[in-house]
Amino acid sequence: MDIAAQSIEGGFADPVFNAQTVFRAVMDAMARPGSVQPLPGLARPPAPLSATSGAIALALCDNDTPLWLDPALHASAAIGSWLGFHTGAPLANTPADAHFAFVATPAEMMALDGFSQGTQDYPDRSTTLILQVGDLTSGTPLLLEGPGIETSATIAPAQMPRHFVEQWKQNNKRFPRGVDIVLATSEGVACLPRTTRIKTMEA
Amino acid sequence: MTAQPTDIATYNFAYLDEQTKRMIRRAILKGIAIPGYQVPFASREMPMPYGWGTGGVQVTASIIGPDDVLKVIDQGADDTTNAVSIRAFFKKVANVTVTTDTATASIIQTRHRIPEHPLTAGQVLVYQVPIPEPLRFLEPRETETRKMHALEEYGLMHVKLYEDIAKHGRIATTYAYPVKVEGRYVMDPSPTPKFDNPKMHRSPALQLFGAGREKRIYAVPPFTDVVSLDFEDHPFEVQTFDQPCALCAAENVYLDEVILDDHGGHMFVCSDTDHCEKRREEGHRGHLAPETHLAPANMEPAQ
Amino acid sequence: MYVAVKGGEAAIANAHGLLADRRRGDRSVPALRLDQIVEQLALGVDRVMSEGSLYDRELAALAIVQARGDMIEAIFLVRAYRTTLPRFGYTRPIDTGAMLVERRVSATYKDLPGGQLLGPTFDYTHRLLDPELATGADVAEPLQRAREAEPMPRVSAILAREGLIEPDGKMPQDHIPGDITREPLEFPMARDIRLQALSRGDEGFLLALGYSTQRGYARNHPFVGEIRIGEVELELDIPELPFAVPLGTVRVTECQMVNQFKGSAKAPPQFTRGYGLVFGQSERKAMAMALCDRALRASELGEDVVAAAQDEEFVISHSDNVQATGFVEHLKLPHYVDFQAELDLVRRMRAEYEARENPAKAEETKEAAE
Repeated sequence: MDIAAQSIEGGFADPVFNAQTVFRAVMDAMARPGSVQPLPGLARPPAPLSATSGAIALALCDNDTPLWLDPALHASAAIGSWLGFHTGAPLANTPADAHFAFVATPAEMMALDGFSQGTQDYPDRSTTLILQVGDLTSGTPLLLEGPGIETSATIAPAQMPRHFVEQWKQNNKRFPRGVDIVLATSEGVACLPRTTRIKTMEA
Repeated sequence: MTAQPTDIATYNFAYLDEQTKRMIRRAILKGIAIPGYQVPFASREMPMPYGWGTGGVQVTASIIGPDDVLKVIDQGADDTTNAVSIRAFFKKVANVTVTTDTATASIIQTRHRIPEHPLTAGQVLVYQVPIPEPLRFLEPRETETRKMHALEEYGLMHVKLYEDIAKHGRIATTYAYPVKVEGRYVMDPSPTPKFDNPKMHRSPALQLFGAGREKRIYAVPPFTDVVSLDFEDHPFEVQTFDQPCALCAAENVYLDEVILDDHGGHMFVCSDTDHCEKRREEGHRGHLAPETHLAPANMEPAQ
Repeated sequence: MYVAVKGGEAAIANAHGLLADRRRGDRSVPALRLDQIVEQLALGVDRVMSEGSLYDRELAALAIVQARGDMIEAIFLVRAYRTTLPRFGYTRPIDTGAMLVERRVSATYKDLPGGQLLGPTFDYTHRLLDPELATGADVAEPLQRAREAEPMPRVSAILAREGLIEPDGKMPQDHIPGDITREPLEFPMARDIRLQALSRGDEGFLLALGYSTQRGYARNHPFVGEIRIGEVELELDIPELPFAVPLGTVRVTECQMVNQFKGSAKAPPQFTRGYGLVFGQSERKAMAMALCDRALRASELGEDVVAAAQDEEFVISHSDNVQATGFVEHLKLPHYVDFQAELDLVRRMRAEYEARENPAKAEETKEAAE
């Protein structure tokens, strides 16, 4: 299939309700960090953009939200034109200009503080990161605490960024500034808003 | 031009266009990630006036889906005119199931109250907010209050509360009583009576706040600390009522005063109509409740 | 015995029925047609388009009928519809210099290229009620001029040639014009955003503020450089096409106010500008807007901010009549939960007061109440 055809196909079959379904899953995941909100495959973007990431892009991005793609995604012209066709979102010049960043290979990604952290006056002007992870069970378990979590929650996302726990601590310290993370797997989504603390497990 | 209705004006599903919903949805996600922080959003004109709950309506319209069950209350009641009107709006534009039953609603839009029935995980409480800025009455300028939030400089608020104590012997704020969220942002809980403030603290439900005219959205995620501001020697306390509900005998609930005649006759009844009806169905009777055999004839079922 | 009041839904439906009846009025009087309103209440239609921020005469006329002639309600109806419309693109800036002018007056020059054109103005009508209008008598066709041969340069351009007036404000090169209908307001604001807000601001509010500047609350010595009313072309750039596509014309009123300015450390003595632009024909609004725009430039021009009209956050936060009417009128909605909370507090405080001032009487009152 050529790029033109690839960029036109694979959007939401029912834009209004599909977008609502995806948003609601992300909202619930953001409100209950560490919980996994199931999401059916509603989008079929060109690889390596995953169906879940693609659906999140369709639900939340448009010409008001510059996007940043990691090198693995950026390398594919088909992904750029698919996102452009379906969302109208422009590509950000730098990660710090991005409202959303899509990352296909989190293990190789740049540091979290390279993205927009928002300002002290407007901490909402920060980048939301969508990390494609293989699953939420086979990685190093993360014990989570914070708003949205009754006592504690645990997820174990695979292929997370290097020194993630340390980076996340720095992210917590910047509060109210900081980035928020959406973990996208084929089963669904889980979120780590900037308020979530990772409790380091003492041996 | 003809006498027939024409297609001169048509509206999108759920009233808001998809781009607007996306914009509001993004603001909601930021609000959840930064509890108590007021996210500016490009509020739209809605088909009801500013002040009627346009912020809440925009939030509800952006989150609601076909599987949701919606409850709308105003002053705690499902049958106040504006609650009826907003419920009818969503029935019309989103064809959504509506209810008056707090427990079965997935989304509850409210003005001025939090239901008495404890909320549960998975429920979303959407507040209509007139003035989202808790510091606004102390400092009218947005440029100043934004700085105060940025610097976590809330001295002014404490001074105001303390002046109350000096003047009146107590904190004279009875509704829209300011709270601190997760130890960081001071937040306006909307004009709910302070009676309801404790219900916000570590609620299992997600609480979303929409201020349409002021163009702000904010949120309190589930299980988040929401602490009413106070002083060690003047701790926060809620209103208490001297008597139970005259209809259902409930205690420790918020009551409305109903004037019965012009000779000073009055009674106190539950502000939460659903709660009151449920209790009466269960057989609870207050001292002014209608006789049991009269009740079915005189009581219309909730819509 | 007390039975809770029910039936809000029926009450609302009945109220709507009554409203529809009153709107229609006496059925023996023919119903208004939209074309009658468009043609004969044109300035009302213009105001609704201007403050409703939607250029559609027919919809504005519909809104006026639906609102029973309540202009703010009509503006609100239009806004609530406008906000649901998808955005296809942004036109090129209109060129008012190329306007097909119907009226153009300057207070600063007796004569000027293009001349003074009175156009359809109330200015020199004697305000005597005209009984002829009540009879629907025929109206003679007006005189038609041949299309103007002479171009009509803007007065500001004439002054600019001598360097006597500040140049047109320039935004930074990479500045993307804002859109108050898509972005939340933020203070302080750039002038493009401020002008948008003023253009949809309430005519009465801006009029009063503009008036206040003339009476000494931030006086800025205004002269009407020029007011022009007429049709301007709208053009849209489409990426696929090498030329701009004409979309049609809109009627606008533009006011260039020329204001005194003594100069500062940074700028030589020269005149400054206040600018007003609104949909349709509305000189009052365009002039008031220009006065307010100039007043709001106080900080930019290094003037002291001493009056309401110069206070950007005050003016812009309160200029929108749809917002203002909503919040003022919402006070009629039920507030009995809050009121109960206040009532309880006042009762308790009074009881404490009584007990302090007159312990014996307080005891009596308490017993009587029980």
